[in-house]
Amino acid sequence: MLSFIIRRFLSAIPTLLIIVTISFFLIRLAPGGPFDLERPLEAKVMENLNRIYQLDKPLIQQYWLYLTSVMRGDFGPSFFLRDFSVAELFARGLPVSMTLGALALSFAILIGGTLGSIAAMRQNSGVDYLVTGLGALGLTIPNFVVAPVFQIVFGLTLAWLPVGGWANGSVRNLILPVTVLALPQIAVISRMTRAAMIENLRSNHIRTLRSLGLPLHVIVSHALRGAALPVVSYLGPAAAALLTGSVVVETIFGLPGIGRYFVEGALNRDYTLVMGTVVVIAVFVLLFNLVVDILYALIDPRIRYD
Amino acid sequence: MAESVLTIRNLNVRFRTGDGILHAVKGIDLDVAAGETVAIVGESGSGKSQTMMSVMGLLATNGWADGSVKYRGEELIGLSPDKLNDYRGSKLTMIFQEPMTSLDPLYRIGDQIALPLTTHGRMSKAKARARAIELLELVRIPEPTRRIDSYPHEMSGGQRQRVMIAMALANNPDVLIADEPTTALDVTVQAQILELLADLQKRLGMSIVFITHDLGIVRRFADRTYVMKRGEVVESGVTNEIFTAPKHAYTRMLIDAEPTGRKEPVAAGSPMVIEARDMKVTFGLKKGFFGKAGHVLHAVDGVSLSVRAGETVGVVGESGSGKSTLGRAILRLLPAGGLVRFEDRDLMPLDRAGMRPLRRHLQLVFQDPFGSLSPRMTAGEIVTEGLLVHEPRITRKERDRRAAQAFEEVSLDPAWRNRFPHEFSGGQRQRIAIARAMILHPKLVVLDEPTSALDRSVQKEIVELLRELQNAHGLAYVFISHDLAVVRALSDEIMVMKSGKVVERGTAEAIFEKPKQTYTQDLIAAAFLRGLEDVKTAAPLAS
Repeated sequence: MLSFIIRRFLSAIPTLLIIVTISFFLIRLAPGGPFDLERPLEAKVMENLNRIYQLDKPLIQQYWLYLTSVMRGDFGPSFFLRDFSVAELFARGLPVSMTLGALALSFAILIGGTLGSIAAMRQNSGVDYLVTGLGALGLTIPNFVVAPVFQIVFGLTLAWLPVGGWANGSVRNLILPVTVLALPQIAVISRMTRAAMIENLRSNHIRTLRSLGLPLHVIVSHALRGAALPVVSYLGPAAAALLTGSVVVETIFGLPGIGRYFVEGALNRDYTLVMGTVVVIAVFVLLFNLVVDILYALIDPRIRYD
Repeated sequence: MAESVLTIRNLNVRFRTGDGILHAVKGIDLDVAAGETVAIVGESGSGKSQTMMSVMGLLATNGWADGSVKYRGEELIGLSPDKLNDYRGSKLTMIFQEPMTSLDPLYRIGDQIALPLTTHGRMSKAKARARAIELLELVRIPEPTRRIDSYPHEMSGGQRQRVMIAMALANNPDVLIADEPTTALDVTVQAQILELLADLQKRLGMSIVFITHDLGIVRRFADRTYVMKRGEVVESGVTNEIFTAPKHAYTRMLIDAEPTGRKEPVAAGSPMVIEARDMKVTFGLKKGFFGKAGHVLHAVDGVSLSVRAGETVGVVGESGSGKSTLGRAILRLLPAGGLVRFEDRDLMPLDRAGMRPLRRHLQLVFQDPFGSLSPRMTAGEIVTEGLLVHEPRITRKERDRRAAQAFEEVSLDPAWRNRFPHEFSGGQRQRIAIARAMILHPKLVVLDEPTSALDRSVQKEIVELLRELQNAHGLAYVFISHDLAVVRALSDEIMVMKSGKVVERGTAEAIFEKPKQTYTQDLIAAAFLRGLEDVKTAAPLAS
């Protein structure tokens, strides 16, 4: 197992290199640059800016400069938010996004897993239809609709919770954004759990347990372990996406996460910020895929990587 | 008559299906006395399994049972699963047809065997583990103290069925229900499992209800037999009497359904169709990360065979012996070493494109009539698909005419050619698969277990069909099967394979009457259950 993990870390290096290379050139293909405003800057100012940020050098040299600084762990200064380095921006924003994402994910696994299992145990009953119906609803209503509705209902009409803001991560401020983030995940996880549980409950080895007269909780725990496999493989990419922030939720609730950097960075041609975001997301995706593979081996003894 | 442990009266099982209600078991009566072996025989769909599934409360969610099932006077029908759990796993237990999937792949077998012990017997974990080792010893798993920590995937099918038996016997049950427990196993393993069951019954004195389609097993194993057809018991009684004087036509048909007849020898000077010399197929099992040489499996290791027009070469062997791989290698469907000549052409130097025009002469029929037909094409489209490649110029109308002709040749109603595979039974599907090969007028057909998934009576019809087709067209057959009775009925020459090598070869008669190698002798003894002749007389008789 250890050698598998080491191999995976080694193979992540060329993957990251390819991702960095492609996105470096892609963002530079987009027309315009970081210092193009509505009213063009004076030629002299522009020249100075370009020189300071080394944008006057040949592209290939810029690429090399960027690559070597990234290897030293320096993601450079933000081109647009000029008082900050990219590293500083992430140091502030990432904990916010990760807190939101981790809470939403745990919440979704707990609620979605439970709902899905109950629905599977009572297949084609009222409870089952309710869960699958709610699941469809959770999937189809977009979060930019749910979020303002929650703000109006819980923040303004009932005035139970603040409509936005971070407030150093106070619980009251977290409830609404975490719920909005979790809802579609609850829908997906409950549907996947339901399908996997139904398949497992029908399997021959569960029939064996029933033929041996074992109580329900034994049967459910065996079925859950089998049903966990497909859900876990979904959770890897889902965790990577959730923990790296959501543009919509962070914008609507005014939260200082990193979700908006990708969009804002791209719109402002903030080359270093976009690149930083790409690297962070790529690292998360690679990391969680590794976590999924390790979990797989822990759950299923038939899977061996050595 | 000894005390009755299981009394079934007027049992009905029904299923709610898309096409209305299916009445699977129609008011049957059945008794099992203490210590006796009762067999329920019948073909697929006869309701033999569902009868016992309803006793165990294991019907699918769309099924329900009514009537009466009494275990020592206590009614089981209508009990909640909770109440039923007082009987299941302790008094009444069951083993199933699918040893490969009946154990949970995610748990060690020791933990699985411990489950019924800690639940019903309220044993401590340590005690349950000791008892589990004892049980593994009882079902003759070698090195039980080590194997108890194995996972199911680390065991063979036969060993997994032994583990199932160990679980079933954990709480010393009164009745063990065995639903086709050896059907999925090789014949030698089947013989061992049957012998084990007979021995355990002698030592532990439980009753066994044996559900099977295999009359050979019934004859040697059961005190009394119930014959089921379409949800009804058509005949029941002492096994010997049923076999010597069957009263019902269906019983007679089942008994006669063993494939009979022998192959007529081929006319001298019949032309050679295929000749394979020194065939070798290897599979690399897993390569190391740094290109370390992995383990190499010699699936077929230096096998030669030749088949003349009108001749059948039977290839027998147990699973993993390389017989199917050999069949595919001859047809050049896998990379192989050696030499293959078709008529007077060397096939080995030909690439895919070079092989294509010859493919029509070299056809293949598979074991699985469910998996080998595309569910999205009509039977007619499936049968004529080869014509699109080999005779692309013929018109649609002509193709349709040829399809109808091919359907008639395999005794299927040509009007059915617009139906989809799921609308046909297993035997009919196998006929479609044969028609798909025959429409191209092949010279050689490799038949890979074409009858193994079918009921005996259907098997017999397919054997007859294959015989007729061979006589009519002078076909050369390579007949691959683990079913020795069928192979004997069809083959001129037989090759016995083991671990990729030919152990023995000879005429059908020589192999069956005077086998030279011990492996062949064991195989034949196991197939015809010859070692079990004393089992029934030794088992305690109920009457």
